[in-house]
Amino acid sequence: MAFTHLFLGLVFTYLIGAALSLALHRNDRSVTYASFMSSFLASVFGIIFSLSVMYGDTFVINIPGSSILQFGVSIDKLSAFFILVISITSLAVSIYSIGYVTEYFGKKDVGYLGFLFNIFILSMILVVSVSNAVMFIIVWELMSIISYFLVIYEHEKSETRKAGLIYIIMTHVGTGFIILSFLVMASVAGSFNFESFKGIGGQLSPAFKDMAFLFALIGFGTKAGIVPLHIWLPYAHPAAPSNVSALMSGVMIKTAIYMMIRFFFEFLGVDTLWWGILLLLVASISSLLGVMYALMEHDIKRLLAYHSVENIGIILIGLSVSMIFMSARQPELAAFGLIAALYHLINHAMFKSLLFMGAGSIIFSTHTKDIESLGGLIKKMPWTAFFFLIGSMSISALPPFNGFVSEWLTFHAQLLSTNLSINLVTILVLGSGAALALTSALAAACFVKAFGISFLALPRTVPAENAKEVPNTMLAGMGILSFMCIVFGISAYYVVGILDSLSEPIVGIGIASNITNVFTIGTIPSFAGSISTTWIALLLILFMPLPIILFRSSLTSKYETWGCGQPRSTARNEYTATAFSKPIRKWLENIYRPHREIYTTYANSHFFKTSFKFESHIEDVFEQYLYNPFIELTLAISRSFRVIQTGSIHAYLAYIFAVLMILLISIITGGI
Amino acid sequence: MLEQFVLFIFQLLVILALAPLLNGLIKKLKAFFQIRKGPPLFQSYHDLLKLMRKDSVVSENTSWLFNVVPVISFASVLSAGLMIPIFTTALPFGFAGDLIAVVYLFALARFSIALAALDTGSSFGGMGASREMFIASLVEPAMILSIFAVAINVGTTNIGFISTDVLSQGITALSPSHLLAFVAFFIISIAETGRLPVDNPATHLELTMVHEAMILEYSGKQLAVIELGVMMKQLLVFSLLCNIFFPWGISSGLNAGIVASIIVFSVKILVLGICMAIVESTTAKWRLFRLPDLMSISLMLAFLAVVFSIIMRGE
Repeated sequence: MAFTHLFLGLVFTYLIGAALSLALHRNDRSVTYASFMSSFLASVFGIIFSLSVMYGDTFVINIPGSSILQFGVSIDKLSAFFILVISITSLAVSIYSIGYVTEYFGKKDVGYLGFLFNIFILSMILVVSVSNAVMFIIVWELMSIISYFLVIYEHEKSETRKAGLIYIIMTHVGTGFIILSFLVMASVAGSFNFESFKGIGGQLSPAFKDMAFLFALIGFGTKAGIVPLHIWLPYAHPAAPSNVSALMSGVMIKTAIYMMIRFFFEFLGVDTLWWGILLLLVASISSLLGVMYALMEHDIKRLLAYHSVENIGIILIGLSVSMIFMSARQPELAAFGLIAALYHLINHAMFKSLLFMGAGSIIFSTHTKDIESLGGLIKKMPWTAFFFLIGSMSISALPPFNGFVSEWLTFHAQLLSTNLSINLVTILVLGSGAALALTSALAAACFVKAFGISFLALPRTVPAENAKEVPNTMLAGMGILSFMCIVFGISAYYVVGILDSLSEPIVGIGIASNITNVFTIGTIPSFAGSISTTWIALLLILFMPLPIILFRSSLTSKYETWGCGQPRSTARNEYTATAFSKPIRKWLENIYRPHREIYTTYANSHFFKTSFKFESHIEDVFEQYLYNPFIELTLAISRSFRVIQTGSIHAYLAYIFAVLMILLISIITGGI
Repeated sequence: MLEQFVLFIFQLLVILALAPLLNGLIKKLKAFFQIRKGPPLFQSYHDLLKLMRKDSVVSENTSWLFNVVPVISFASVLSAGLMIPIFTTALPFGFAGDLIAVVYLFALARFSIALAALDTGSSFGGMGASREMFIASLVEPAMILSIFAVAINVGTTNIGFISTDVLSQGITALSPSHLLAFVAFFIISIAETGRLPVDNPATHLELTMVHEAMILEYSGKQLAVIELGVMMKQLLVFSLLCNIFFPWGISSGLNAGIVASIIVFSVKILVLGICMAIVESTTAKWRLFRLPDLMSISLMLAFLAVVFSIIMRGE
């Protein structure tokens, strides 16, 4: 009963927040507090509610409806885990937003933003709660459309409108495939309730089963942002306000992973080997290409958006390895892979939202997204820099932060593939380990670039020079998630235990007692490899003072950076982000296909050059070779339809008449 | 409990004390191959002591990060050291991190030094950081695959256990995949320790520096801490090579075997050092953009090692 109150309280707090935002929208300051304090409060409810479900029983509200539409919710441990992830993130983002939206005071309608913000979080929570496919499509669409309105919040910019268009098209293509996959399921189940979908795979014919899998993969993959369906992410995330990008990238794309787990494991049942292999290939390619394009990006939000593609890839590597084990009837190993995936999922929600908020803080105080024109922010914005650094180290998988634990688990999940009987599959899975290693090394390179160029050394432009630390509420939001990054890093053994209780009902076996020990996590069997991030953290802290004690420091003097004997070096001497990524651009030329052009204007003769213009950009292979031909084809077909569009009313009347005649004939002949 | 503590202190002292000696040894061997006299064997200790007595000059452009980085990189390498057997496979903190964790602890050191390099605002720092991260990206896939190959052969990734497992397998441990993984790891260790043909530790020539470019702005005590960290890492990478692939002679704890273990380890390090010195004396530094070739060789060898161990596991 208490659960019901909590859940309804959570739903209504979001609704009240939304209503208050609309009611108070004339007063910027009060609407800010009203809307974001309600979402904060609702997030607190969400955390309490999800934890009590995770440590308790499945929570169900059944409202009787037809077999097609039913308004019930059913929240098991997996749903509760996603509500927890959404709530922790939205708690931090809500606090952050109180400071962040002051940016829009007097310029935009903050009440409108607060309204969408509350409804958006609520729709995500409903997506992971509802227990009926039709209801699911409704809340899924609600989430997509609300997030579309959030993406085009700054619609006066033309690139924002373009981003919104790409997003809404892609997301609807995805929804189309989701509907198809649900229809395949319902055709056998006879009902749209998820309860009746469970284990439906056994009743489907193999061809229909594969079809349902592929439709679901494309449908949810579009939302998750797997390559090549990722193209909306680098447009939509940068266009949205930063607090919204934090939610979209941190948690919205995870709802797709939630449904993939439900769909593949619970509904279809994974017993086909090639599903896992296909997903593994897609995931490896996503992670590699995601990070590769991120490295070439200088727009900090686009960079982070590409990293989302990368991290979704890493999550799906864990998931696909788990599926491969599942199809090989090795539930223990499947549980390990699933734990790795879920662990990376919550980690990514923490550090990616943190990084997007950090990017938002940079934009808040410098009004630029281009890292080439930043620099030296660590002195102007020390706390933002510190939090961004923690986020960068977490996403680069450095111990003892959280990203390291989940990548370690993923590596070991891959290594466990030696238990498979088909050599080729084992080699493939181990080979994907090399892809993951390359991904994580490139991610580290990318974040040395992102942090180093924007925060360190000297400011490159006047806005960076005049940057100021952001308001305390924004810092608090980032601080919470930084703290969570550390907590999820050093208490790995505890988190793994919780995640195991989620995966147990899905794969049918719990392995927590085999892989966790006090402060330690290990692999199966019997700790063949183990780490203890708690001890690593303690050792690091223990050894940190050692050099200071050994070499007690006395005098340090300040002097200018050595500039080869030239006069004082300035910001113009600093390495740029373009230069930093040059070796990798050159190495991976075949993927990036860089274009370089130099325009020179001459005065009178060839000896007197007046100006140079250097231009360099890389080609987005997917847009160029996959989407553009498709768009052109669509346009060409549409153009050919113009023939029948004469513009003359007589012709249209003739068409109507013709259609009518055909219909009448078909009825008279008894229908065909 | 007490024994664990003694082992812990012993391991720390071994790493801290031996690291500069190994550095001196390699310099001496290199000098021998180049028919020079070379610096004395214990020169590295003198260098470190001298640097410790000196004051530091810090660039005005830097932030607090610049001062913290030497400490972080030092601590992360030393922590990794507690998971790597040197004279004995008994490691009090062997459970706290496996081979993959060691790789990522080294990555932590690299990441922090690269940030410090960018913090100075000099072009050299940026150049060094950019190249270091580039080389790291080349190394990492080969590294993970050779770790996988070893792990498949012995069934564990904790380094102390790897050594004992290889020992217990006896001569049969020297399978093709084991040896292929060794060669792959040897190439990686050249890159990890910043030696020719990847990086030249002896140069301050502006355009060829990688590691030296990153730490160009460090001086005095901070430089001493960083240098000691680099020497420790070199010792640890060499120990990995010796004790993962050829652990014979290593003792199982602080017992009588430790004396023999020290002697055997010294011989192994000497042989490895000679190999390194030969490689360094016979090759010139490669162009940065030829390094992908070298690292793909390593990657391919590691991949072959994995394939071999998978195909041969049924027998």
